[in-house]
Amino acid sequence: MINLLWLIPVLPLTGFLVLALFGGRFTRQQVAWIGCGSVGMAAFTTALVGGGFFQSFPDRKFYHQTLWNWIDTSGITVGISWYLDALSLLMVAVITGIGFLIHLYSAEYMSGDDGYSRFFAYMNLFVAAMLTLVLAENLLLLYLGWEGVGLCSYLLIGFWYREPEYGTAAQKAFIVTRIGDTAFAIGLFILFTQLKSLSIQQVQSLATEAWPVGSNLAAIVTVLFLIGAVGKSAQLPLQVWLPDAMAGPTPVSALIHAATMVTAGVYLIARTHHLFALAPLVQEVIAVIGLTTLLLAACSALVQHDIKRVLAYSTMSQIGYMFLALGVGAWSAALFHFLTHSCFKALLFLAAGSVIHSLHHEQDIFRMGGLRRHLPWTFWTFLIGAAAMSGVPLITSGFYSKDWILWSVWSSPLSHRWIWFGALLGTLLTGLYSFRLIFRVFFGEVRTQPTGEPGLAMRIPLVVLAFFALTIGFLELPHALGNVTLFSHYLSHALPTMELLPGMDEWSEAREQLTVTVSALLGIGLAAFLFLPGSNFAARWTDQSTDRPSVTLLQGGWGFDRLYDRVFVRPWFLLTRNPGEIIDRGYQWLAVGAESCHGWMSHTQTGHVRWYAATIVVGTLMLLGLFAM
Amino acid sequence: MEILFYIAAAVTVLATLRVITHVHAVHALLYLVVALIALALIFYLLGAQFAAALEIIIYGGAIMVLFIFVVMLLGPLAVEQERTWLKPGAWVGPGILALVLLGEVGYLIAIGDHLPITVSETRQKGVSIALYGPYIIGVELASMLLLPGLIGAYHLGRRVSKESR
Amino acid sequence: MLSTPSLVLAIMLFGLGVVGLLSRRNILYMLLSLEIMLNAASLAFIAAGARWGQVDGEIMFLFILTLAAAEVSVALGIVLQLSYRFRTLDADAFSEMRG
Repeated sequence: MINLLWLIPVLPLTGFLVLALFGGRFTRQQVAWIGCGSVGMAAFTTALVGGGFFQSFPDRKFYHQTLWNWIDTSGITVGISWYLDALSLLMVAVITGIGFLIHLYSAEYMSGDDGYSRFFAYMNLFVAAMLTLVLAENLLLLYLGWEGVGLCSYLLIGFWYREPEYGTAAQKAFIVTRIGDTAFAIGLFILFTQLKSLSIQQVQSLATEAWPVGSNLAAIVTVLFLIGAVGKSAQLPLQVWLPDAMAGPTPVSALIHAATMVTAGVYLIARTHHLFALAPLVQEVIAVIGLTTLLLAACSALVQHDIKRVLAYSTMSQIGYMFLALGVGAWSAALFHFLTHSCFKALLFLAAGSVIHSLHHEQDIFRMGGLRRHLPWTFWTFLIGAAAMSGVPLITSGFYSKDWILWSVWSSPLSHRWIWFGALLGTLLTGLYSFRLIFRVFFGEVRTQPTGEPGLAMRIPLVVLAFFALTIGFLELPHALGNVTLFSHYLSHALPTMELLPGMDEWSEAREQLTVTVSALLGIGLAAFLFLPGSNFAARWTDQSTDRPSVTLLQGGWGFDRLYDRVFVRPWFLLTRNPGEIIDRGYQWLAVGAESCHGWMSHTQTGHVRWYAATIVVGTLMLLGLFAM
Repeated sequence: MEILFYIAAAVTVLATLRVITHVHAVHALLYLVVALIALALIFYLLGAQFAAALEIIIYGGAIMVLFIFVVMLLGPLAVEQERTWLKPGAWVGPGILALVLLGEVGYLIAIGDHLPITVSETRQKGVSIALYGPYIIGVELASMLLLPGLIGAYHLGRRVSKESR
Repeated sequence: MLSTPSLVLAIMLFGLGVVGLLSRRNILYMLLSLEIMLNAASLAFIAAGARWGQVDGEIMFLFILTLAAAEVSVALGIVLQLSYRFRTLDADAFSEMRG
C-alpha cells in the first residue's frame, strides 16, 4: 500500500485541474463533491500509506519514491521524488485530515458565494502544494511547494478581489513572505554550490561531515533558511502580514493561516535539523525569536476588536512556542505542539467562522455577546478550542503539548532561565486572551441577533476537531501523569531526542508543570475577573478604553506596520517618484537614440529578397576573409 | 575510377549551369534532376550508397515532383509556355547528359566485383546506429521541423478566395 | 583520393547556386538555386565523411534532406500564394515589407 504515496499529492492536484478547467460547467453540488472528494480521497490514501508504513516501521525508517527526473544536467539531478518518514507522515496526515474537514466545512460556509468553484480550485491547489512541500525529497521540490503555498495564500487572501483593501492585504502577504523566500532561495544556492547536492538527506550528511560545529557557512545557510521560515511562519520581524491575511474567507484562515502553511517554517527547520545542529548560535536566535514573537503577539491579541485578528495574533503566538521549542532542540515537542495546535486552532477558526456566518459577517467582538444559548454547538466547540489553546490541565491536548515545550525549555542545555520565565508569562497571556474572546462573544447580553446554528456540513468538522483537540494530547503524557511516550518514540526515528540538563528528574518536572498549570489557570481566572460581564472591571474595558496610546500601539501590532512603512515603503516611493523624472529622461534619450539608429538601419530593409540574399553572401564572404587573414 | 568521378562532376556542373540559365521552368527542372542524379553517382563513388539512393528517391523524386506540381498549378502564368515545353528540343540536352550517366552506371555494373570503392555494410549500419544514438536529438528536431512544414504547407497551399481577402 | 576534387566541386556548385539566387528574379528559380546550394553543402559533408571514414557526414546529409523537404513544401506554398495575390513571380515585386 505504501507505493500509493504518489497519489496523495496528485489527487488534490487533479481536483484543482478539473475545477480550474471545467469549474464553470458543474453545479455547486458537483463542485463541492469534487473539491472535498479529492482531498478526502487523499486523506484515505494517507491512511492506507500510513498503514503500509507502520507495517515495517521501526525496521524501515523511511520510504523513498522517485517518479521521474525533473532536472537532469551535468552536475545536478533533481527528481520528482517523495520521501516519507515519521516526520513527513505526521505532516501529511495533518494536512489531508484537517484539510478534508475544512473543505467539508467550506462546502456549506461558501455556499452563497459566486466564486464557489474558484474557491475549491484554489483550496485543492493549496493542499497539493503543501503536500509537495512536506513530501519533497530534495530542497528544490520543497521550494516548489513552498512557493506554491505562497501563491495559493495570495490567491485566497485576495479571494474577494473586488474589495481593494483585500487585494492590498494579499499583496502585503505575498511581498513580505517573498522577502523570506528570497533568503531561502539564496540559502539553497549557497548550499548547492558548497555541497553539490540538493537531496535533503544527502545534504545533511555531507554538511555534517564537511562543516564543523559553529562554522561560518553553516551559520550563514541556517540564518538564510531561518529568514525563509520566519517569513512563512509569521514570526518577528516578518510577522506583519498575518493579521491582514484574515481578509480571506474564514476556512482559508483555518487551513492556510492556522493549521498548515504557517507551520511550514517549523517543518523546514525540523526537516533540516542536522544543519541547525551545526549552528548553535542560530538555534539560540530561533529561541529568542520564538519567545519575542509569542509575547508580543499575545499582547496584541489582548486588545484586538476583530475576532479573526485575535485568532491571527494567537496563531503567531502559538507558532512562537514551536519556534521556541525548535530553538532549544526539542524537535519532537515542537512537532507535538504543531499537531495539537493544528487541531485546536483550526477548530477555533471554524467556530469563529460559524459565529461570523450566523451574524451576517459581523467580526467585531464588541458587537457580539450572549451567543451561548443561541449557538450551543459553536459555543461548546469554541470553548474546547480556547481551553486547549490556553492549556486547561489534564483534559485538553494543548496542556500536554505546551507543557512539554515548557519542560524542554526548563531542562534543555541550550536554554536559559529567563526564556522559561518569558514562556511562562506567555501561558498566562494565552489564557487571558483566549477567554477574553469567550466572555465577550458568548456571554453577556445579545448585541447582534444571530440567525441560528449552521448546518451539518459545518457542524461535523467542529465536533471532530473538538474531539481531537481534547484527546490528541494523550499520545504523550508526562512522567507524573502516566508517562506515555507514543509520540516522542514515533518521532525519535526521524528527529533526535533532546538531552536533559543534569539533575532533571521526575520531581523537578512535576514541580515545573505545576507552575505552568497554575499560570495558565491564573490567566483564565484573570480573564474572568476582567472580562466576564457583571464583574467589576468588565465595564471599564469597553470601546472607550481603546483611545489610550498604549492600547493603540498594541492594536497595531506594536507599530511594526508603521515602522516598515516609514523605513521601507515611503522612502522607496519617494525614491521612485521625485528623481524619477531625471532617470526617465535618461531612458528617453536612449529611446530617441535607438529610434534614430533604427531609422538608418531601416533603410537597408528594402523588401527585396535578393537584396537580403546578397547582403548575407557579402557578409559571409567578409567573415571568411576575416578568418583567412 | 577517378575518371568516372570527373565525368559525373562535369555532368553536374553543366546541368547546374543550364538550370540557372534556362528560361523555361520545366526545362530547368529537367536539368536539375539530371544534376541530382549525377550528384547521387558521386555520392556512390564516395562510398555513401545510402545517401546516393536517398538523393535520387527524395530529391530527384519527391522534391522535384513538388516543383513540377507547382509549376503546373501556376496555370495562367505558365500556360502560354506550354507549347514550347512539348518540343523535342527541350529534353535532348538533359537526355544526352543522362545517357552519359547511364554509361557510367553500366560500366560500374559491368566491372561488378572489382569495384574500386569500398561498399561496406557496417558503415551503413553505423549511420543508423549513430542516427538513433548520439544524434537522436537531431532526429527529434527534424520531426519538429517537418510537422510545422506540413501544417504550413497545408495552410499556405489553400487558394484564398477574393471575398476573404 | 576524391575528397579534394569533391570539395572543389561542392564549392563550384555552391557558387553557381549563389549566382543563380542573385541573378534570377523569378522566385521559382531562386528556389531551384537554393536547392543547388543545399546539395553542394551535402556534397561537402559527404566528402568530409568519406575522407575521415566517419558516419557523421551522411547523418548531416539526412538532416539536410529533411530540412530541404520542409523548406520546399513551405516555400512552394508561399510561391502559390504570391502568384495568386500578385499575379507575378517577380521577386522584386514583393517588396511590401520595405523598411
